[in-house]
Amino acid sequence: MNRNNANAITLRRRMNETERKKRIFVYCSILPVIAIFAFVRIIPIFKNFVYSLFESTVVNPMQEFVGLKNFVDLFRDPLFLLSLRNTSIFALFVTVFSVVLAVLLAALLVNQSKLSPLYETLYFLPVITPMVPVAVVWKWIYDPTYGLLNYILSWFGIQPIGWLVYPNTAMVAIIIMSVWKIVGYNMIIFLVGMRDIPETYIEAARIDGASTNQVFWKVIIPLLKPILLFVFVISTINSFNVFTQVFVMTSGAQGAPGNAVRTIVFDIYENGFRYFRTGYAAAEAVVLFAIILLLTFIQFGISGGSGDKKIKIGKGGAN
Amino acid sequence: MKEYSPIWLRILKHGLLLLGCVIMVLPFIWMLSTSLKIPSEVLSWPPQLIPKTFTMQNYVEVFETAPFLKFFLNSLTMSVISTICILLTSTIAGYVFGKFNFPGKNFLFVLTLATSMVPLEVYMIPLYMQMVKLSWVNTFMGLVAPYLIMSYGIFFMRQNIMASIPDDLLDAARIDGAGEARIFFTVVAPMLSGPSGALAIFAFQQTWAAFIWPLIVTSTRDLWTMELGLGMFQYRFTVDLGPINAGSMLSVLPVLIVFLFLRKKIVRGITLTGMKS
Repeated sequence: MNRNNANAITLRRRMNETERKKRIFVYCSILPVIAIFAFVRIIPIFKNFVYSLFESTVVNPMQEFVGLKNFVDLFRDPLFLLSLRNTSIFALFVTVFSVVLAVLLAALLVNQSKLSPLYETLYFLPVITPMVPVAVVWKWIYDPTYGLLNYILSWFGIQPIGWLVYPNTAMVAIIIMSVWKIVGYNMIIFLVGMRDIPETYIEAARIDGASTNQVFWKVIIPLLKPILLFVFVISTINSFNVFTQVFVMTSGAQGAPGNAVRTIVFDIYENGFRYFRTGYAAAEAVVLFAIILLLTFIQFGISGGSGDKKIKIGKGGAN
Repeated sequence: MKEYSPIWLRILKHGLLLLGCVIMVLPFIWMLSTSLKIPSEVLSWPPQLIPKTFTMQNYVEVFETAPFLKFFLNSLTMSVISTICILLTSTIAGYVFGKFNFPGKNFLFVLTLATSMVPLEVYMIPLYMQMVKLSWVNTFMGLVAPYLIMSYGIFFMRQNIMASIPDDLLDAARIDGAGEARIFFTVVAPMLSGPSGALAIFAFQQTWAAFIWPLIVTSTRDLWTMELGLGMFQYRFTVDLGPINAGSMLSVLPVLIVFLFLRKKIVRGITLTGMKS
């Protein structure tokens, strides 16, 4: 009896000791992480909202509280409106083309063949390469006089095009290049999704007499819907952040004319770091944030209730 | 899955796929080809895919005009430090969020998750101002600071830890008298080699490709990364196509070599962030 009691007390003491050790471990390990996290994420994100409400000077980002004045100015600023328009067009076309092409490629690749590893490697190549070198080479490919693209087009009797010289073609050129860069990423995700579809579903549809076309549209695509939605949203978000390829392809003598492909991030960069209009640039960043938030809500709103295939947002792509 | 299609359809399919491959690879071949050409041949019409005279002069010139070795080492140091820190912080925070209870846990976790979709471009201005206050502008600390942590990494590690490490195992180690830190390093961490590898690849690639942050936070070229160095180099020497393409090759080559060796792991590492757990 006595001994049992003593045992129970030791046990309890030991458990308390374990709990105490656990608590110490939790705080010692999570606090540094939270500290870094606060410093490089949470505080800047929060401060960005604050900055957007202030008139700034070069030395002081919070010179004078001006309320929503920056936002009012923003939507009267032709350069900002132009960059908003350009970015939306860019995001729309890059997303639509890269998703459609990726689905088609994945459909062609879903049946494993001896060449599958080769295809998957080569289509993924642009995804893993950093943006600057590929933007550099594409700029050279688009060269109006000596460029490879105009040469290839000349086989089909097409006259040389000044790809990066004119606003419309410059946009087309950067869209093509960006689709080329990310199509492999989207393709791999669709491929994983398609290979996850149980074969019995497809067999069953075939036994019922469905054609290949019908299997694709009536069985595969509906089952892929959550993944399609995810890729759509992630591609749109990444496209709204476009900067590097625009910076490279619009700079220098062979670059595109300044405002033809001006994007939101480019505008933020110029206002914030070339003209030091911090508050104004922060207001632009708030608009960008709002767009991304809206896209994320669309994603969660639609896929949230769809049951077994839940997908979480990650930082996809490389930019 | 079995092939049901007739032979002509299969030929058409492979034809299309191979054409796609050519489009994917051609820019790289063009880059390599240009980098090995003499100036007069770079601007020749019609363009030649295979140079008539091979030269390494462009590569020599790249190293003479810009410190590309320095850029390379900067990129490497930055990416390695970032990868190690992201692995460490993600695993520790993922473990704590996944296996412990403490006040404020849910709030902190939701906060982590919610910020995972906010890109750097949105908060780079205040972040830069913080660097100014700390005098970290144009220092290595300032360069690497935003890449020490990854919200998605924390979430990803938490999912993996919850799925693959049973509570009983941890309790058994506790009963054996192991301290919490020891349990983490000797029991938990070794069980996470798969997801750690995938996360490491993703983190490394992300930091290596960083452009806008190095662009704003550095002001002298001794801190430039490979990406920034190349971007600036092509900006200033925009007509020297040979050296520019040689510089591009130098930036692409290490990535390509690593990719060809670790293809499966890399594809998994980069797409994992897109997939459900």
